[in-house]
Amino acid sequence: MGKILIRGAKVLGGERQDVLIDGGTIEEVGDGLPAEGAEVVEAAGRVLLPGLVDLHTHLREPGREDSETVLTGTRAAASGGYTAVFAMANTFPVADTAGVVEQVYRLGREHGYCDVQPVGAVTVGLEGRKLAELGAMHESAAGVTVFSDDGKCVDDAVIMRRALEYVKAFGGVVAQHAQEPRLTEGAQMNEGVVSAELGLGGWPAVAEESIIARDVLLAEHVGSRVHICHLSTAGSVEIVRWAKSRGIDVTAEVTPHHLLLTDELVRSYDPVYKVNPPLRTERDVLALREALADGTIDIVATDHAPHPHEDKDCEWAAAAMGMVGLETALSVVQQTMVETGLLDWAGVADRMSHKPAEIGRAHGHGRPVSAGEPANLTLVDTAYRGEVDPAGFASRSRNTPYEGRELPGRVTHTWLRGRATLVDGKLA
Amino acid sequence: MQRHLISAADLTRDDAVLILDTAEEMARVADRPIKKLPTLRGRTVVNLFFEDSTRTRISFEAAEKRLSADVINFTAKGSSVSKGESLKDTAQTLEAMGVDAVVIRHGASGAPYRLATSGWIDAAVINAGDGTHQHPTQALLDAFTMRRRLVGRDAGLGRDLSGRRVTLVGDILHSRVARSNVDLLHTLGAEVTLVAPPTLVPVGVGAWPCEVSYDLDRTLSKSDAVMLLRVQRERMNAAFFPTEREYSRRYGLDGDRMAKMPEHAIVMHPGPMVRGMEITAEVADSDRCTVVEQVANGVSIRMAVLYLLLGGNEPAVTHPRTEEK
Repeated sequence: MGKILIRGAKVLGGERQDVLIDGGTIEEVGDGLPAEGAEVVEAAGRVLLPGLVDLHTHLREPGREDSETVLTGTRAAASGGYTAVFAMANTFPVADTAGVVEQVYRLGREHGYCDVQPVGAVTVGLEGRKLAELGAMHESAAGVTVFSDDGKCVDDAVIMRRALEYVKAFGGVVAQHAQEPRLTEGAQMNEGVVSAELGLGGWPAVAEESIIARDVLLAEHVGSRVHICHLSTAGSVEIVRWAKSRGIDVTAEVTPHHLLLTDELVRSYDPVYKVNPPLRTERDVLALREALADGTIDIVATDHAPHPHEDKDCEWAAAAMGMVGLETALSVVQQTMVETGLLDWAGVADRMSHKPAEIGRAHGHGRPVSAGEPANLTLVDTAYRGEVDPAGFASRSRNTPYEGRELPGRVTHTWLRGRATLVDGKLA
Repeated sequence: MQRHLISAADLTRDDAVLILDTAEEMARVADRPIKKLPTLRGRTVVNLFFEDSTRTRISFEAAEKRLSADVINFTAKGSSVSKGESLKDTAQTLEAMGVDAVVIRHGASGAPYRLATSGWIDAAVINAGDGTHQHPTQALLDAFTMRRRLVGRDAGLGRDLSGRRVTLVGDILHSRVARSNVDLLHTLGAEVTLVAPPTLVPVGVGAWPCEVSYDLDRTLSKSDAVMLLRVQRERMNAAFFPTEREYSRRYGLDGDRMAKMPEHAIVMHPGPMVRGMEITAEVADSDRCTVVEQVANGVSIRMAVLYLLLGGNEPAVTHPRTEEK
């Protein structure tokens, strides 16, 4: 692996600097670094960030290779500026054993576009009854530290309590998909003015908030840390804020789509807007942005959820829930957080790289852009403006809610341990 | 008029009055010995029913046949739909056979909207009831019935329902009839009150152009029409109300309650009625109850809608628009 000199990059959006990479490591950061023997990348004032880390990705392999594979998903991740993704456990078979998580982990390493850190299921088959072999998954080659039944809520309070307690033994964390199942039977969209008019089954905010309230109290009681997946309501923000003020060890994520889109879009009955948790109201969107800015919400996670065309080209009730997000996440964050003045680029690096790596214990990721650190880096052309064209996606699926929408910013380069995975917007 | 009829909310006041007036013309045809018009001769209409609904399908079929359309009936049961064929493929298959209009009944809210707007087919789409969303021809036939009874058959022509007070009682939450009626009656100038136990009123109802009450007795004296909605069996055991008897006592319409209504006020029901639950036999069989009229009016309204959307080969005999020319 040769030397690379990134010349004139605004590191975390600051002053222009040169960054010299050698052998997978950042050698030096400074002005007028020598270019001898190095391949030069003219950054020309683009923003250099630490490689993004996604704590919430669905890669669909094994089992649903028609919608995504580890290869296509990690290529999508590299395109979006990610150097590490956490692959959710709701595959077929479920990632509830050491064997499955090792397979996913190894596929990620072999393809080399992005580190894949598997998430282990909390319960066998995501059924919520019996704890999966959490310790075995942790001790496997995959070294699982994040456990989640995502897609389903660990709704049994005793199972949740035990899981929170058990993973303390090896520094694990349970990531909860907060959805009270009885309150969301037949739920199709956010419950409110729009659902009343459209006649679609309501997914009330309280179904999320009641589980979060319970789980932060459980985490406090047993002294564990808990992570909240895709927090989506203003009320959830208030509960997490309260929990943090009490010193409870809780972290939370928000998806890009919940920072930008509202349930008004469902009026089109276009299932591309069908997602779980559902798109909420403008009031929720603004509260989520505010909470991400003030640190109540710790991170942005994509909940990248690929689905084949036929699962979205149908009537609303029959459609699958979920949106792809890896290749548009940074642009949405630029639009909703940076261009609104809520976060600077150092803040974006914190919410999309440092913190998610810290929560997931992704070693070597989310590190500062400074000498001696692993060269996991992302270069962003923040001046770019363009319409989203799913035909250009690296993901195998096209279920994006942003088709034809103009979004700012474009990732031009991604380096994983000093090796380029994306060059001038093209996968290496 | 738009190309499709998906939601009662899409109709302007003038659209709605035109449909009601056209339906009066169509009703005259029904009084003749030969109840058939040649207007849709050579046009093909498919009744695409993914949900069982014999009444609505027969009503549409009668309307189509009286307009001389060729009619294809498609019911999901035993069809390729039960073998996993998608709505898109089913619709495209039917269109390939040369269909001019699709009358669709579907259990999923929004399915007719998708059919009309996704570029899957070119045919006109008429919503015959989708999930808990809309049932626009039901609302039109209800408005037609109210206008006839409360304004007058001839006196009503060209007029809306301004100032009339309409009360809808029952399962508002799951009712496409309620949603369609609120939209259309509001457009026609009527004042609508919804009455139901709070469990059967949707969250978000505050944005609807109507009042909500939990007390039937207090609204009866202020109603020109009271429409009862059926409470479906599957709601009985889902904690929406304690027992059938309690529901009936609090929200059912019996003779004593009917006596509190103004002299001229009518009782309506989209059918099928559950006698003894939301309505007693005494009320159902009284001459204030318009259930049977509503069924007859349904055919006239559906004829009018088909005629206006498909634009017949020949004008309806004495259609107001042609008279104006």
